[in-house]
Amino acid sequence: MGRKISILIVDDEESVRDSLYNWFIEDGYNVECAEDAKKALNILEAEDLDIILADIKMPGMDGLEMLKRIKALRKDSIVIMMTAFATVDTAVQALKDGAFDYVTKPFDPDDLSHLIRNASKQIALEEENEILREKLVSLENVESLVGKSEAMRKVLREIENIAPSNASVIITGESGTGKELVARAIHSNSPRRFFPLVSVHCGALTESLLESELFGHEKGAFTGAVYNRKGRFEMADNGTIFLDEIATISAKMQVELLRVLETRTFVRVGGNKEISSDFRVICATNKDLKGMVGAGLFREDLFYRLNVVNINVPPLRERTEDIPLLVDFFIRKYSTSMNRPVLSIESSALKKLEEFSFPGNIRELENMIERAIVVGNGKKITVKELPIGKEAPGAQYESLDDIEKNHIKAILFKYGWNISAAAKALKVDRVTLYNKIRKYGLAQEE
Amino acid sequence: MPGKTENISLISFGYFDRGLLDKVSVFVEHELGFPVRIREGFLDLSEFYDPARRQYNGTSLLKKIESDFADANTKTLGLFNVDLFIPILTYIFGQAFLNGNAGIVSVYRFGNERYGMKPDPELLASRLRKEIIHELGHMFGLIHCTDPVCVMRSGSYVEDIDQKGHDFCNSCRQKLI
Repeated sequence: MGRKISILIVDDEESVRDSLYNWFIEDGYNVECAEDAKKALNILEAEDLDIILADIKMPGMDGLEMLKRIKALRKDSIVIMMTAFATVDTAVQALKDGAFDYVTKPFDPDDLSHLIRNASKQIALEEENEILREKLVSLENVESLVGKSEAMRKVLREIENIAPSNASVIITGESGTGKELVARAIHSNSPRRFFPLVSVHCGALTESLLESELFGHEKGAFTGAVYNRKGRFEMADNGTIFLDEIATISAKMQVELLRVLETRTFVRVGGNKEISSDFRVICATNKDLKGMVGAGLFREDLFYRLNVVNINVPPLRERTEDIPLLVDFFIRKYSTSMNRPVLSIESSALKKLEEFSFPGNIRELENMIERAIVVGNGKKITVKELPIGKEAPGAQYESLDDIEKNHIKAILFKYGWNISAAAKALKVDRVTLYNKIRKYGLAQEE
Repeated sequence: MPGKTENISLISFGYFDRGLLDKVSVFVEHELGFPVRIREGFLDLSEFYDPARRQYNGTSLLKKIESDFADANTKTLGLFNVDLFIPILTYIFGQAFLNGNAGIVSVYRFGNERYGMKPDPELLASRLRKEIIHELGHMFGLIHCTDPVCVMRSGSYVEDIDQKGHDFCNSCRQKLI
């Protein structure tokens, strides 16, 4: 493990503290001492220490009570209890309360070194485990950036070009186009790939929750803050932080975010210790962020800080040639996860998919394929299993105005822009039809 | 605070074979590059004796060496032939202040006869030499080393001392310079 392990020694006897201090310092550990439980808890509230070696018999608060408080403060702390009066009861109680181990003074020198080495190994394994878990998540689905269309090839080229750098990236694109997959692909191809990719869905959190999520909080900072908690910026140290739906953050959070991006330091909610973290920022939005800057809804300085590189992920309707590949990919994915033989799709069903506009983009296509595999007969996906065509006509339009505009346009086209005939078909008078044509800016195409 | 080191002082408390100390000091001087002085010291060890453990308190002895025998320009190492302990450990071979000017070493557990074997003066000299250089290494700021043959490797038993070498590994030597 690269970093130095830190140890806190808690014992009321000065000679014990001195002995342990000298012993561990010679082994290359960072060592701090406290003469009673109260001072130890104060130290632990101010800083993270890896291993706590504490005496059980101390005046005032005893070691077992202190163990409970340490565990309440930071439940993953490694606490080793020591005592000159070993009884099975206290040992069992200490272990039940979450102690890592229990030793009787004086120890054999070799036992002490082994004990600390084991604790250090446990810390290293837990940290490695966390990094690998984050890495697995970040690698998952990277292969689902499927596409051979020119639009998608352009995105892949951009990812390849910018991944090795440290530049901030804004990924834009409609909902469901795979912006998070692009962020994962950038991270997985960057030198930071062995460190975590930490995602935050800004839109899903209220301002105060987002603040605590990003910066972490100290125990008691607010109701419900029963533990000290690392924030996402801290967790993304050496890695990447992905801020999804960045356009939704409040003006106050924009200021805070700008400050963190400029200094790479922050303070946990309710804390006073400045923490630094080395992370790369990738943001995503389906809004026109530049337009929001113009309208005064998004800070210009933050926009330029984030928008060093912009990648626009095209909607599925602009890369229909990728649909067969994506269909094939999702069929394999869901057939495997549902333990079924890999199915195929009838050409008429595939054609239906290629003609569909997919307002929900790839997410919608993925859901369609998953549903088709679930409800299908287990042989081939047919048109019957696809929800396309069962929807209400015109369902691709969201607002009633859009529906009205397109319907009027279709009727005018049908009657060769004969206003009287079109008005009769629409069952409105001619004046109303003229008003609608003006309202929607319709014009006869040559 | 330690000043600029000019020499190393080995102070023996209790009976020590002068020939053994002369021999060891040559190697220490060669390994650390500072002149080594040997002298005898006098100390009432009874105040450091713990009757319950029937051993001598190494932590208190180390502080005594620092306060009464060490000076700013000398790395001073007290040599003892009594069994040393620190409160948390059953015994120690030696101890020193990291980056400090004082250290202690005991030959008590270095003799083969203590382990039911024939006395071996050569082996005893080798163990003493390694332990003196090890504690001086700490006084020059070195921490324990993971290199199996480096003299700074930590050892809990005499077998551990026998297994390591007499010298610093390249990495520790670099840190000394």
